[in-house]
Amino acid sequence: MIYPDSKIVLEVRGLCATVNGTEILKGLDLTVRRGEVHAIMGPNGSGKSTFSKILAGHSAYEVTGGSVMFEGQNLFDLAPEERARAGVFLAFQYPIEIPGVINSQFLRLTYNTVQTHRGKEELDPLEFDDYVREKMKLLEMSPDFLERSVNEGFSGGEKKRNEILQMAMLDPRLAILDETDSGLDIDALRIVANGVNQLANKDNAIVLVTHYQRLLNYIVPDYVHVMEAGRIIKTGGKELALELESRGYDWVGVEHKAVARAVA
Amino acid sequence: MSATGTINAGYLETLLAGQPQLPTSPLAWLNALRAEAVDRVGVLTVPTLRDEEWRFTDISLLTKMPFHPVRTTISLQAADIEHFYIEEAATRLVFVDGVYAPQLSSGIAGSGVTVVNLEAGFAAHAATIEPYLGRLTEFRDNVFAALNTAFLHDAALIVVPRDISVTVPVHLLFIATQKDVVSYPRCLLLAESGSAVTVIEDYVSLQEDAYFTNAVAEIALLDNARVNHIRVQREGAKAFHIANCAVSLARASNYQSVSVAFGARISRYNLNVQLAEEAECAVDGLALISGRQLADTHTCIDHAKPHAVSHQMHKCIVGGGAHAVFNGKIMVRQGAQRTDSRQSSRNLLLTNKAHVDTKPQLEIFADDVKCTHGATIGQLDSEEVFYLQSRGLSDTAARNMLTYAFGAEIIERIPISSLKCQLEQTVLEQTATQL
Ligand SMILES: Nc1ncnc2c1ncn2[C@@H]1O[C@H](COP(=O)(O)OP(=O)(O)O)[C@@H](O)[C@H]1O
Ligand SMILES: [Mg+2]
Repeated sequence: MIYPDSKIVLEVRGLCATVNGTEILKGLDLTVRRGEVHAIMGPNGSGKSTFSKILAGHSAYEVTGGSVMFEGQNLFDLAPEERARAGVFLAFQYPIEIPGVINSQFLRLTYNTVQTHRGKEELDPLEFDDYVREKMKLLEMSPDFLERSVNEGFSGGEKKRNEILQMAMLDPRLAILDETDSGLDIDALRIVANGVNQLANKDNAIVLVTHYQRLLNYIVPDYVHVMEAGRIIKTGGKELALELESRGYDWVGVEHKAVARAVA
Repeated sequence: MSATGTINAGYLETLLAGQPQLPTSPLAWLNALRAEAVDRVGVLTVPTLRDEEWRFTDISLLTKMPFHPVRTTISLQAADIEHFYIEEAATRLVFVDGVYAPQLSSGIAGSGVTVVNLEAGFAAHAATIEPYLGRLTEFRDNVFAALNTAFLHDAALIVVPRDISVTVPVHLLFIATQKDVVSYPRCLLLAESGSAVTVIEDYVSLQEDAYFTNAVAEIALLDNARVNHIRVQREGAKAFHIANCAVSLARASNYQSVSVAFGARISRYNLNVQLAEEAECAVDGLALISGRQLADTHTCIDHAKPHAVSHQMHKCIVGGGAHAVFNGKIMVRQGAQRTDSRQSSRNLLLTNKAHVDTKPQLEIFADDVKCTHGATIGQLDSEEVFYLQSRGLSDTAARNMLTYAFGAEIIERIPISSLKCQLEQTVLEQTATQL
């Protein structure tokens, strides 16, 4: 929801980045304020996941230009774990499996680590157990998932729910959900969307990365951005998503080029 | 060769020095067995890097150490060793520098299950054990097994009668207390038809100087018997540990073993498992070493008969400049059709100087079999590290967690919860200090 005079959470200016020498992001601009829900849409390969992972601090990507301010500080001054503690959260498009690391232990350790850095109380195993089960109810997850290795043998949809569970535990200021809708059937989609809606409030912001409009029926965005070839080339309201759904992406690129020519 | 031969001969002679002082056994066959072993020691030599079975493991350091058999036994109080006890295992035999310590032990004698020092089992079991003691291990070709057999005196004897299930685990605790001493721990486990038992073979130390443990275990499972065998090698940092274990599985029996190696400067574990029809075994191992440690595990799983199943997972976590060796031989003999064998060797190197040699060795002489094997050697997965960091864990905490998880997969298979917790704690502490 758009609030007047809301503080800026994320300010991206002219971001350029390469991976293995190939330029992927080519001058990306984006401003996100507290309380807002943004959707970034765009064809496969346009750089959406690259952008998401750069925000989380993945070392495979080299930032070659531009700036990213998070809550008034230079995001690139922070190590990945410091970003997480400061409130950046990425729900991965492909959450990896970590055999041998038990989900409940993992969740508790990350939760307590982040709490400590925020100057809040840790929870002991019993208290934590109550807390996590409460959050799992929100996502209609069986407590059995606590005793399994992180994501190991989870279905696509179960992995996505586990990501949102972590979001619920870590209470981020900025949540980037990368294709959280892919691999979800309609019931799971509704459950996950419902969970995200309950977590959204006037103090945090959510960036939904998706290339289908479907999710946006459940989580209604304040802004829709179209990304192409490493840049945001159009921004509109929630109607834009419907238009993209019926007309595809090509026209946006054509229009963008025409505007660029006219300006030049 | 002759030069080495001479050094070896002198060395072995020194090791045999205390042997004639052993009391004569009332059993003629046992005396004969020892005498034969002494003869074999005279013929065999200490292996060197030129021996195929030892080409990664240099034990020349061992031959330079002045080890001698124990001269005076140290008397320990329960309080000295209580921290080694395993809550669930009320039945316990304790050997101090290889010598049976009755005051610290709580065995079982009389009718039913037997858990005693060897001598105490003669009256009831001499005839029962004769076909197994010194027969399962091929000491005639193995100088360390031959030395152990030459010194065969005190030994853990477990006999589980037909159709009896022993619910309480048996703890065999071998404690090293003196430097420069060589000890010869020995176990014989006989699980009669349809019986079941869990045994923990545990090597610990109360001192940090060099000593030498040369152990032999023999395990026989008769038809349908079940044995859980947990082996914990947590010797002192300067110790030498060489052990041979031979397991024979009769029809439809089931052997589950988890063996962990944390200790010793140089350790070598040879495990030979022979399977009859429909027998099943799971043989898992974990070596967690650092500094200048060397841990070598050689296993041979012998599918001698059809329809047997073997599963093996061996893992090594190698830090510092340590060196791990795994040689996993799977033998499928002619006629051993429908063999189902799975082997996996997974290795984690924590530093650039850490080193592992892993060698699966399949020898298959039957055609209708299912045998798979695989080996991986690697560092921690950077995507896994990043995932944990993205949830707020520091790089170090993330690496600790992943290293711990790698080892925990094996420890998890130990069916005794207090021991499992204790060993998980060890893994946690060791990984934390290494990263
Ligand atoms: N680690 C990588 N190595 C090489 N190329 C990469 C890597 N990650 C992404 N790319 C390339 O960058 C481009 C953008 O990918 P990505 O950010 O995943 O797009 P999207 O999420 O929008 O589908 C693609 O052409 C992809 O092949
Ligand atoms: Mg993507």
